[in-house]
Amino acid sequence: MVEDIVYINSDAGVHARPAMMLVRTAMKYPCEVYFIKDDIEANAKSIMGVLALAITKGSKLIIRAHGGNEEEAVRELISLIENDFKEGEN
Amino acid sequence: MKRKKLFIRDLLDQTRDINLQLELLAGEQGLDKEIVSGDVNRPGLSLAGFFDFFAYGRIQVFGLGETAYMRKLPDDQMKEMLETFFTYDVFCCIFTHDVRPNDIFMQLANSKNIPTFVTKFRTTRFVSLWTHAVEEYFSEEMTIHGSLVDVFGVGVLLLGKSGVGKSECALELLEKGHRLVADDVVEIQKIDELFLFGTSAEIIKHHMEIRGLGILNVREIYGIGSVRNRKRIDLIIMLEEWDEGREYDRLGIDEQKYTILDIDLSYIIVPVRPGRNIPVLVETAALNHRLKKMGTYSARELDLKIQDIVKKE
Repeated sequence: MVEDIVYINSDAGVHARPAMMLVRTAMKYPCEVYFIKDDIEANAKSIMGVLALAITKGSKLIIRAHGGNEEEAVRELISLIENDFKEGEN
Repeated sequence: MKRKKLFIRDLLDQTRDINLQLELLAGEQGLDKEIVSGDVNRPGLSLAGFFDFFAYGRIQVFGLGETAYMRKLPDDQMKEMLETFFTYDVFCCIFTHDVRPNDIFMQLANSKNIPTFVTKFRTTRFVSLWTHAVEEYFSEEMTIHGSLVDVFGVGVLLLGKSGVGKSECALELLEKGHRLVADDVVEIQKIDELFLFGTSAEIIKHHMEIRGLGILNVREIYGIGSVRNRKRIDLIIMLEEWDEGREYDRLGIDEQKYTILDIDLSYIIVPVRPGRNIPVLVETAALNHRLKKMGTYSARELDLKIQDIVKKE
């Protein structure tokens, strides 16, 4: 199991589009991925799950993965968030 | 698990499921205090001067007895008594039977910012409504990945791996006139140590995501009759990819159980494979569940009939 913490920097928080990008990224990997905010856990491969977390600017997000390619999954998700959801810049 | 917070101000919200019919009389400044317990206190003994074990941190319910006692006291004695009473950090006061407190009480409550309300309900009725209204805030909770649909009045929780077709099944059930409670994220609460109730996360309430279609507002598309906010969970159906090596239940004589928050619920595994109409299976399972609850157990009854015939021959 791999776990890491990331803080959301983008002003708009995680609205529909960034949520979709997170889900799409998580879906690329076979491992199970979870986002945890304020002790609430959501399946990172579910759009509704990610939206339900209501992630806003400054939110602390724990990313937890277990299974195949867990390291890469967490790394790519973190870089996506740290790059404010700008694709292709990492 | 993060707990939903409840503040005294929320009790005034007329749109809540249970309207306590409170009218604010004094202490408006104190409305933002958080309610952390559903316990109540009848302050009779404290008014009479006995302050041992005074549970001042709970809501204080003044019934006919308390108000009658206060009316009997001469003004100077009552003032002294109430001043002592309010030296404690009293949480909130509620007068029942539509009986309003006297001026001295009002002045003290206002100066100490103790929210004070009056309600038309009788004391016992108020306390039972109150317990009901706040219990969801103090009950055990968890979130589960699945869809909750009200099928013929049976709360069916669809579980299964991502992509097995939970949402698609829920959508087809909606199309057939059943009601969506929550899609994908179901918040579960244990009530009275007996039941589990499911709701949707507030932010995604009445929405669902269907691959290829995106996010849908079910309430807008299918109308208000297609959704409900909360439902007791009666039956758990696990959708699974058909596994050739696995034995599926062919009789339905034994009932399987699935445990959530220490509560056992009826549980069925439904294997998914092209050509199987899952929503119809879910509907039938829900009807069969109702039949069992009403005392008719199809599989067992057929079995008894056959045993009878076998004995006669």
